[in-house]
Amino acid sequence: MKVTILQFPGTNCEYDTQHAFEALGATTEILWHKAESLPSDTDLIVVAGGFSYGDYLRSGAIARFSPVMKAVSAYANNGGKVLGICNGFQVLTEAGLLPGALKRNESLHFISKHHTLKVENNDNIFLEKLNNGDIVNIPIAHHDGNYFIDEDGLKDLESNNQVLLRYTDENGEIKNPNGSVSSIAGICNKEKNVFGLMPHPERAMESILGSDDGVKMLQGFLQA
Amino acid sequence: MKAIVNVSLKAGVLDSQGKAVHHALDSLHFSGVNDVRVGKQIILKLDTVDKEKAMKDVTQMCEDLLANTVIEDYEIELV
Repeated sequence: MKVTILQFPGTNCEYDTQHAFEALGATTEILWHKAESLPSDTDLIVVAGGFSYGDYLRSGAIARFSPVMKAVSAYANNGGKVLGICNGFQVLTEAGLLPGALKRNESLHFISKHHTLKVENNDNIFLEKLNNGDIVNIPIAHHDGNYFIDEDGLKDLESNNQVLLRYTDENGEIKNPNGSVSSIAGICNKEKNVFGLMPHPERAMESILGSDDGVKMLQGFLQA
Repeated sequence: MKAIVNVSLKAGVLDSQGKAVHHALDSLHFSGVNDVRVGKQIILKLDTVDKEKAMKDVTQMCEDLLANTVIEDYEIELV
């Protein structure tokens, strides 16, 4: 299992992500955004969190034009698995690999805390180790995590089981920290090979640090 | 030639910054403001003097990069 982790100027979660996947037994490579091709043995691309290009213009708007993104699009369109975490999710929506967009949090505040999420659909490789209705405790840390999609888009997401995770309280009741449409925290594409979420599973790998609920999420990819 | 591009959230997309500014204006007792929308302005200096070409080029720039048309509208003014 080889995980290729993208690094743009301003990415800051690439080493956490690397540590998390290596702890699970994967081999990893951090790939600078100027690369025009991907390592040929890549099984999963992770677009890691951070503030690519300082979030100038819009979060992810400039990173999506980095040279490596052409290869990422081709990889994804060919069925390759791609996971975008936080800023990575923003990059993937800007690149058109995932539907919708991420807006400024409704409160206008940067939010950094643990949050509970409900697993909505586990019929995909990312969440197959979890059950629908499971509650996981995963840190969030974002300023622009307010997911927007129009009504028709939301219907499509719902009918194709593309809503992966929702922000809830510990009982699974909706609790929306940032104003996201339908309290959505993570989605996938129709083909279920491109995944994006604002919370950080790579920061929830050790119970002594608050939660190890990220392990089951990332482990899903290691089964492939 | 200069192109002035105004980008703002689409009608129907909640503008939290606009709401906060509206609230602040109320707090300062500025009355008579019905709505506030906060956008951004991008000013481009262009080589061309051909208005038609400029409009075509800048429209493409907006579609590709300057605006995210999922949530934003843009207006272009050439001066």
